[in-house]
Amino acid sequence: MIALLRRDLKLAVRAGGGFGLGLAFFLIVVVLVPFGVGPETELLSRIAPGILWVASLLAALLSLDRIFALDYEDGSLALLATSPLPLEGVGLIKALAHWITTGLPLTIAAPALGFLLSLAPEAYAYLLLSLLIGTPALSMIGTFGAALTVGLRRGGLLLSLLVLPLYVPTLIFGAEAVRRGADGLDPTGALLLLGGITAGTFALLPFATAATLRINLR
Amino acid sequence: MLTGVNFDVGAGQVLILRGPNGVGKTTLLRTLAGLQPEQDGIVEYPEEQGAYASHADGIKAALSVTENLTFWADVYGQRDVSLAEVLQTFDLTDLRDRMGGTLSAGQKRRLGLARLAVIGRKVLFLDEPTVSLDRTSVRLFAGWLQSQHLAQGGCAVIATHIDLGLDAPELDLTPFKADLAAGGGSDEAFL
Repeated sequence: MIALLRRDLKLAVRAGGGFGLGLAFFLIVVVLVPFGVGPETELLSRIAPGILWVASLLAALLSLDRIFALDYEDGSLALLATSPLPLEGVGLIKALAHWITTGLPLTIAAPALGFLLSLAPEAYAYLLLSLLIGTPALSMIGTFGAALTVGLRRGGLLLSLLVLPLYVPTLIFGAEAVRRGADGLDPTGALLLLGGITAGTFALLPFATAATLRINLR
Repeated sequence: MLTGVNFDVGAGQVLILRGPNGVGKTTLLRTLAGLQPEQDGIVEYPEEQGAYASHADGIKAALSVTENLTFWADVYGQRDVSLAEVLQTFDLTDLRDRMGGTLSAGQKRRLGLARLAVIGRKVLFLDEPTVSLDRTSVRLFAGWLQSQHLAQGGCAVIATHIDLGLDAPELDLTPFKADLAAGGGSDEAFL
């Protein structure tokens, strides 16, 4: 399984689609917002938590369809399915690789972009923490969505439609944690719920992913 | 869809599957490999010894020949395969550091077949292993199969249209083709 993770990371770095694209998209969306809503600092700092979370959601979405599509096309997925690796493990590793190539860079870049949106100083720690806890769930849910649409031509759009509604709880509690942090309230509750969602997805979705892959590979 | 197919392949033996396109060779092999469930019947082989290979080689364009092979060896937990020897057998030594994406179709095929030599599995299900191979490469492959794989107690079920030059029994699947109009196989429509 480590071999698969290493291979996926190597491929993401060499193909260039992994790190760069999602991060650049995140940057552009966040930079565009002040142009759209105007430069008032007060308004910006109020909507900053929401904008940062929505933008990271969309950035994570961008690279989802590549998770299984490439392996499906060149036959590696069928070979992996007949290999000694359990498909549940393959799903988990794929989600992990996706998180390392998108979720983690987004988390690290978010505070810098929070500055652009004049996010309240107290909120930075919670922004970092909420993204760190929340983005793994985005990758895992996305991996499940990618497994559902693997083998469909132009499945990318369908994938977004399937996955975005499932992102709602993560978005609500993630942005809520940052907002409460910015307002000087206690964000523990929101962060705990966020952690609960992430733990839940990682407990259940690898099995769902494996089951859908098995059906799609028939 | 096939019905009533029955065969037995012992250690060191090869079974060649014959039959026109669409008769169900690929379906049979995928069923044997466990990629799709059998509608009926029994498939028996030591499960941890099976391996499947099809037209698609699973070669990554952004990985070198060596990296592609190492990956599959790692996935199958084969720590002590001699990569140099395998590369030699399939005439890939000179291509060792080339990226998978720059290989020709035949070279990719050789790499795909070399994968079978590094994963250390005894029961192989091969779907058209010689597509896009030239005659020399077919001999390389048949040579490996005969002198390495079969000699070490492996066995194989191979669907192919050409003569591999192996002394092996052939099974023509044409008589086993199920008459779909007569019922059965109807659940496909709902999937």
